[in-house]
Amino acid sequence: MTRATPILAVLALILAVWYLAVPMANIQWEVDQAARAGTPTNPAGALGAVLPQTALVLANPDLIPATYAQERPVLPAPHQIVEELWKTTAGTKLSSKKNLVYHGLVTLTSTFWGFVVGSLLGIVMAVMITRSRTVEMGLMPWAIISQTVPVVAIAPMIVVLSNSAGLGEHLGVENRLVSKVIIAAYLSYFPVLVGMIKGLRSPDPMQLDLLKTYSASEGQGFFKLRLPASVPYLFASLKVGIAASLVGTIVGELPTGAVEGLGARMLVGSQFGSPIMVWAALFAAAILGGVLISIVRLAEGLVTRRMGVRA
Amino acid sequence: MKDTLATASPVISAQGVNLVFQTGDGPVHALKDVNLTINKGDFVSFIGPSGCGKTTFLRAIAALEQPTGGTLTVNGMAPDEARRGRAYGYVFQAAGLYPWRTIAGNIKLPLEIMGFDKAEQAARVERVLDLVDLAGFGKKFPWQLSGGMQQRASIARALAFDADILLMDEPFGALDEIVRDRLNEELLKLWARTGKTIGFVTHSIPEAVYLSTKIVVMSPRPGRITDVIDSPLPRERPLDIRDTPEFIQIAHRVREGLRAGHSDD
Repeated sequence: MTRATPILAVLALILAVWYLAVPMANIQWEVDQAARAGTPTNPAGALGAVLPQTALVLANPDLIPATYAQERPVLPAPHQIVEELWKTTAGTKLSSKKNLVYHGLVTLTSTFWGFVVGSLLGIVMAVMITRSRTVEMGLMPWAIISQTVPVVAIAPMIVVLSNSAGLGEHLGVENRLVSKVIIAAYLSYFPVLVGMIKGLRSPDPMQLDLLKTYSASEGQGFFKLRLPASVPYLFASLKVGIAASLVGTIVGELPTGAVEGLGARMLVGSQFGSPIMVWAALFAAAILGGVLISIVRLAEGLVTRRMGVRA
Repeated sequence: MKDTLATASPVISAQGVNLVFQTGDGPVHALKDVNLTINKGDFVSFIGPSGCGKTTFLRAIAALEQPTGGTLTVNGMAPDEARRGRAYGYVFQAAGLYPWRTIAGNIKLPLEIMGFDKAEQAARVERVLDLVDLAGFGKKFPWQLSGGMQQRASIARALAFDADILLMDEPFGALDEIVRDRLNEELLKLWARTGKTIGFVTHSIPEAVYLSTKIVVMSPRPGRITDVIDSPLPRERPLDIRDTPEFIQIAHRVREGLRAGHSDD
């Protein structure tokens, strides 16, 4: 309970600010509607010069309730988003294209494979880099440059290239999945790479000397010391990696004309002028991200407990 | 008794050993013309201020550093050859136990690397845990043990593969006085039981005098030996031997040696 208190306090604060902001964002539309219907409204008055939205709300308090119930609000109220989430999950058939769980599963599939591919790539690169100075000098600059290129810029090119190369057909899966997995892996390998390099290099000189006194081989040093020593670093970066993979997948779904996935829902929502739909997909993505990180954290707990970390 | 020891074949022999480190500030003469013979069963302490090369000399014996001149042999072999023959166990200042391994798992580490079979590993772990008075602690993780117990576990790890030489680099330096006294007493018992040859680096004069059959006094810039004292104290040493005139006399000579080394620079 005590642990939940700060979280609940912050949540309450966010909700309070949000509910205060909704009328200000949506009042203009209500005022315009009323004017069109011939209902008299009050002008913003003197305060309007400084805070036009606030002044308009204060001048027309009877229009406030309507700002919380618009069909296409500039800013939907939290309860409208929750309602939409409920309607598009529990209230719709799972196979339906309107079901967010269905779209979430599509996104989850790419996120998962992007995470697997990206993490493996990051780990393998880190092992190579920590074993050879030459490999480090050859690879590391490219790894850093790869992250300075905005994903939104590179994503469409990856889609086009992987489609024309027919990668999906070779692998026996949908082309769209392949491009999304590539983009997700592109984002998620980097934190794993950086974390693993740090982890594999974490043993201090004394521990390396100790192994030397046993005349241990490089391989023994790797499997008995470097690898286990890197585990805490690995999990820290896997948590960042899986979130990056989710972002990569959604970005991959946005510009590609994808018809499935949370990113596609966001795109469709904005194209059809339905902010509630965009916000609902956004919330679904946030929840999915939270769940994924929790799963990694759970795995971390299981592994570190087996490795003797104090409870 | 003393004669048989003196005629015993030298375990460690250094003749004109020099070691120069190349650093950004130019060469540092860590060891200069070091001559020393350590016989089987000796307990030799190296004492001196920091920078006197005592740790460097111990590391050279362990083949963790390469002398740049002179001859250094361990069991009649070059140090790295002796290391491959499992000539020594090394104890560092920090216990350096792997936090992800139990105490037994940590002691098994050298045994796994050296390829002992599972049954042999388990038997050896039991034996050395008993030797350092940690029987029953094998399943604990390092964080569940006190600093002194962790250091005892690291000594057990160094003893596990039956090396005849034990090299210890300020093993009790990070522990408090009371724990240190007890561990010194236990170390002497262990030495008496196992008959190992021990090389022991320390900052502490009482520790060096209490433990050693031979005290090597060193001084810095360049690192060199200024005095070698063969202790007249008996091998059986209760803690209160430190109040005897003989003990105080040796301690005085060590202190004089350290002071003489210092006035040189």
